[in-house]
Amino acid sequence: MTPLLAINSLTLAFKNLFQHTPVLHGISLSIAKGEKVALVGESGSGKSVTARIILGLLQETATAEIGGEVWFEGRDINAMRKAERAALRGTDMSMIFQDPTSSLNPTYTIRSQFVEVLRRRTADLSRGDCDERMISLLEEVRIPDPLRVLEAYPFQLSGGMNQRVMIAMALANRPKLLLADEPGTALDVSVQAQTLSLMHHLVDNHQTAVLFISHNLGVMREFADRVYVIYRGRIVEYGSTGSLFAGPLHPYTQALMAAVPRITGSGLPDLPEISDTFLAPPVSHGGTL
Amino acid sequence: MTLLTVKNLSKTFDTGRGPIHAVRDVSLSAGEGECLAIVGESGSGKTTFANMLLGLLAATSGEIIFDGKPLQPRRSARDRQAIQLVQQNPLSSLNPKRTIGASVRLVLDTHRIGDRANRWKTVERALEAVGIPGDMRTRAPSSLSGGQRQRVGIARALACHPRLLVLDEPTSALDVLVQARILRLLNQLREDRGLAYIFITHDLAVVRNIADRVAVFQSGKLVELGTTEQIFSYPQDGYTRSLIGAVPVVDENELALRNKLAVTP
Repeated sequence: MTPLLAINSLTLAFKNLFQHTPVLHGISLSIAKGEKVALVGESGSGKSVTARIILGLLQETATAEIGGEVWFEGRDINAMRKAERAALRGTDMSMIFQDPTSSLNPTYTIRSQFVEVLRRRTADLSRGDCDERMISLLEEVRIPDPLRVLEAYPFQLSGGMNQRVMIAMALANRPKLLLADEPGTALDVSVQAQTLSLMHHLVDNHQTAVLFISHNLGVMREFADRVYVIYRGRIVEYGSTGSLFAGPLHPYTQALMAAVPRITGSGLPDLPEISDTFLAPPVSHGGTL
Repeated sequence: MTLLTVKNLSKTFDTGRGPIHAVRDVSLSAGEGECLAIVGESGSGKTTFANMLLGLLAATSGEIIFDGKPLQPRRSARDRQAIQLVQQNPLSSLNPKRTIGASVRLVLDTHRIGDRANRWKTVERALEAVGIPGDMRTRAPSSLSGGQRQRVGIARALACHPRLLVLDEPTSALDVLVQARILRLLNQLREDRGLAYIFITHDLAVVRNIADRVAVFQSGKLVELGTTEQIFSYPQDGYTRSLIGAVPVVDENELALRNKLAVTP
């Protein structure tokens, strides 16, 4: 079976008159239909730019130099025309960002932003049909009073509520791929846990594939089927969540895992922030890239 | 020896839509050299509480006793010097137009520490104590990594020899490898200098590994206070248990402990 998304030796560099800054050094990863895949790395490792390339956003940036292939349902996103890429966003793929309150427009009500999302897929959707869809979608993300929420502005809702609205919008057009960039990081731990379990449940129900981007190993462990670890623009280790967490093999993954404080109180190990060993060749726990 | 005692401290903000009770009747104490963690969700009153300790906000009622003497609403320079703050995001708490050395020096100038001629030397020593080479003092914050910036934030707080450090989410903006090193640095500084910490965070796993005691805040109230050992062996309050239950864990031992603690006995 061909994967839903297959990235082959993707490279990215930002250039200006004086500098050429490589960001991604040929990363490859794949996501099967309905699979939940995590991309873990520290800040600056290249995880967010990868998501932006998949969404076809970075291709519009003049200073970005992109190489390699990004196959989505048998079509290469890098080779598409601008309008084709735009047509995919919000329909076959959608994204949830880190901070829900800043990714919703504060000057429009939830209703008008939501209608815009629904009409991306079906341009002539009537008002009544929109209402019906929106209410059932908001109920699906367990928003208690959907009619009140639809009339509200984002700043009148809590962060957790906004995040659920974002999830409802992102899943509204039944996308095949959901990109989640650190969802919940801006929320409290208990709200984050609720939001993640809700998202987990919904994507399983809808058979939506997810690329989950995060720096939080604990969150990944609970959410993902497979994990890719990225360090300085290179995939250093990948495999099933179970085997990667049970026995990390790459020096970088091992350091990352050891650095996470444990609630069992195992102390604070003495680890280097950077090390040459972190650039060792990638390690696989079996399976394809 | 008790360094800090807080008695029935409350803070109410009057807003157009009625009063908001940000901190309600909190009493606790911290010993010399102790690390007391304050945990709770956003809006639980952690930061308001810290601002009152620092004298940035006046309490509505209650008393703060530091080193045996009640702190006055208008703090003396000596009291201000004794309690210092490390903020969450070092990029926004350091002035981007000042070199890091100048930021640290400002503290020395404000509190008139040492004679002027030697202050740059003192700045360099303060930076070196947190692992920043002294000759980097001419650098701007923008040219530093996140971890280095937080080290500068710590150096600045320590420059005027405080006895109590209020750390407001000092590592939550950092990557885990960097966080591990900063936490180790904080532990070592506390040991070397006999500092007391009020460590504000929402990350219970960090608390487990750095704090001596833990205070749990919920909607402005202190709902549980105990040694770290107690809180992570027999949490009493339902809210504390739910907080522990929400921590993302990475290994089987943690998972077992979380499952054990999260259920109501």
